[in-house]
Amino acid sequence: MLSNLDALMHGFSVALTLHHIVLMIAGVLLGILVGVLPGLGAPNGVTLLLPLTFSMDPVSAIILLTSLYWGALFGGSTTSILFNIPGEPSSVATTFDGYPMARQGRASEALTYAFISAGIGALVGIVVITLLSSAVASFALRFGPPEYFAVYFLAFASFIAFGGGAPLKTIVSLCLGFGFGMMGMDTVSGSMRLTFDIPELIRGISFLVVVIGLFGLGELLLTIEEGPEFKGASGRLDPRGMLRALASLPRYWVAVLRGSAVGVWMGITPGGPTAASFMSYGLARRMSRNGARFGRGEPEGVIAPETADHSAGTSAMLPMLSLGIPGSATSAVMLGGLMIWGLNPGPMLFIEQRDFVWGMIASMYLGNVIGVILALATVPLFAAMLSVSFSIIGPVIVTVCLVGAYTVAGAPFDLWLAVVFGAAGYLMKKLDYPLAPLVLAMVIGDKAEDAFRQSMLMSNGSLGVLWSNPLVGALSTLAALFLLWPVASAVLGWHRTSKAMRMARAEPGS
Amino acid sequence: MTMFPKAAALLGAALSFTLPAAAQPAWQPTRPVEFVVTSGAGGGTDLFARTVQAAITRHNLVPTSIVVTNKGAGSGAEGFVYGRGAQGDPHKVIFGTNNEWLLPLVARVAWKPLDLTPVTAMAFDEFMLWVKGDSPYRTGADLIAAAKERPGAIRMGGSQTRDTDQTLTLLIQRATGVRFNYIPFRGGGEVGVQLAGGHIDADVNNPSESVGGWRGGQVRPVCVFRREALPAGPRVTEAQSWSDIPTCASQGIPIEEFRMPRTIFLPPAVPPGAQAFWAEVMRKVSETPEWADYIQRTSQSPALLSPDEMRALMVTEERSARELYGPEGWLVN
Repeated sequence: MLSNLDALMHGFSVALTLHHIVLMIAGVLLGILVGVLPGLGAPNGVTLLLPLTFSMDPVSAIILLTSLYWGALFGGSTTSILFNIPGEPSSVATTFDGYPMARQGRASEALTYAFISAGIGALVGIVVITLLSSAVASFALRFGPPEYFAVYFLAFASFIAFGGGAPLKTIVSLCLGFGFGMMGMDTVSGSMRLTFDIPELIRGISFLVVVIGLFGLGELLLTIEEGPEFKGASGRLDPRGMLRALASLPRYWVAVLRGSAVGVWMGITPGGPTAASFMSYGLARRMSRNGARFGRGEPEGVIAPETADHSAGTSAMLPMLSLGIPGSATSAVMLGGLMIWGLNPGPMLFIEQRDFVWGMIASMYLGNVIGVILALATVPLFAAMLSVSFSIIGPVIVTVCLVGAYTVAGAPFDLWLAVVFGAAGYLMKKLDYPLAPLVLAMVIGDKAEDAFRQSMLMSNGSLGVLWSNPLVGALSTLAALFLLWPVASAVLGWHRTSKAMRMARAEPGS
Repeated sequence: MTMFPKAAALLGAALSFTLPAAAQPAWQPTRPVEFVVTSGAGGGTDLFARTVQAAITRHNLVPTSIVVTNKGAGSGAEGFVYGRGAQGDPHKVIFGTNNEWLLPLVARVAWKPLDLTPVTAMAFDEFMLWVKGDSPYRTGADLIAAAKERPGAIRMGGSQTRDTDQTLTLLIQRATGVRFNYIPFRGGGEVGVQLAGGHIDADVNNPSESVGGWRGGQVRPVCVFRREALPAGPRVTEAQSWSDIPTCASQGIPIEEFRMPRTIFLPPAVPPGAQAFWAEVMRKVSETPEWADYIQRTSQSPALLSPDEMRALMVTEERSARELYGPEGWLVN
């Protein structure tokens, strides 16, 4: 462990040059920009910048690309909170409480909570990388298909069981998500599913297009119906709100710790930032004393997913470097970059390319600090957008949504999809169907399905494989317990639960 | 849309008349070029296309800018369908493997192998038999013997279903009379990690997909599916280089050769001048140090097929694939 600290110091000596710091600032600013625009997310941003890095040395190149990634993670939270449009898949869970806060005129506060807790989460992730770089790599190797399935199952169970919607409607929403998620080519059988011989459907339905429709356009339709005013969103530049958030953040230390732990776990195992943020939100909702207020503008509901999102984002770099497992789409693109720069990801990278690995890790500390500062500095700018009259901002949101939907794959077909899902989102909200299970099922449903079917192939169809070793057994048992939790708590104290559920259901837009 | 390239071709032709240096090809790109990658970001085809892009950019081989887009859904079907739809547009260059002509055999997709205009195949990626670093299997014969003893119990991992990895697994089964439990994953990298973790018993990854794991001692190549051992090169691990790995045929798995071309296509019905232009660009790319570095790093075998040679390759490979897949019930077309 001490040798890791030595190596980190060496890394700082590599990373701390004026050239690299300028690259970090440029990367973070660009990242915030691509993060703010839905559809144009971190993977696209990194892809667009990749050709520029061909002529750079690998350390500068990775610093630029990772800084862009951090910036995009911060920027993605901004639109989630202000407009209910998640700029990044991993910021979907931030909309659940961030957007209600913004509607109550607490946008500056919500953004501050989001950025600071995200920064803390990121730092926790990096510290873990620094300390455990050698041990963690071998731990990740223990994850085969059954373990993956158990992790995804756990994410489902922790979110759905603690979600608080009407159980049957949650199940309907979930199944719709699984259905949309399975469109396109099936990895295990190799055949096309639910494509109806329409060439555009070979790709399946992009999760981002669905989210843009359900959350962005759907919410807009509701807003128009309820009166063309942002409810109570005063949108003033509000430094006092920021200060208030800063002052009360320490009160939420439990949420921050829990979020970081979930994030690091999901980043390394690697379930990915999106699953991490959902899981953290679900856990916080169940375990927090303020659980009943979740979905109606509770700061903890912003802090929990944001910390997990960022600690997963940073700690996912470890399996990428040490094993070549990309934990997210963005790190998959970076992996391609590594190969072009002449580096082979693997355990030997830590031994043969010390400058690169530790320079990158050191730059992650600095890049995230710069990220928090720049993101906070842009809060007034983004919050000011809320004070613009709805007749102007409404069409702008529609434009941004449609441009975003188009950018995902450059396909005109996706524009129609976004519009259809916008109408669907409006209907589902009117009928009180929760949207989150649908989104979660789309994001990790197909991965969970692959992992399950691979497990079944390996075990010749025996479910016992999910309890075949202590690791997977513990994960599966925990997931099963989470799933049974609502039943148990309903039996033990049904009136308390049902009261909370009635309250949650009575609240529109949760 | 189709008018424009024609006009450009005429303009190019006119230019080549006025310029005495007749080395100018008859067609030149006049607007940004799109490199369509039929794999996801970070996949083998992605690296191939981005290396070509890097070489072209650094040596200024194409007058306009180049954008790389990933259309890898459905094992690359997305990109080929897109290319098929861009009929007559020589500003779209499609990068793939033999999936261009194998995929239409096993999946219902909206193109026929000879729809697209072949340009060249620039390299052949090798296949090796890999086992876990501390596996008891030292030779190919060891693995086959184990599979004979416990039919269907040895787990063979591979990327995708009915793709090259499963085809090779099928060939091994045919040649030796054993049966493996084939487990499909999303890509070679994932397969390599699963092997390193001991969740599968063997895989047939390409050298570049598992080189990191070999150097770290997590996985070990048993043999290479090639007529002769790979050419001598620098050491990969402390003791061995790629050339030290014996051929599978000498190891009790009678498969002479199995390899995967890295292919480049244009959409259907492009002007012949455009086909010649891109063939010439790729020839120049194949002479750059960036390309040599890529070939060496990924342990592939360089090649440069003419459009006609490539068409012949497509026809023969499709015929033998039909013979192999037919009895398995894989064919849908």
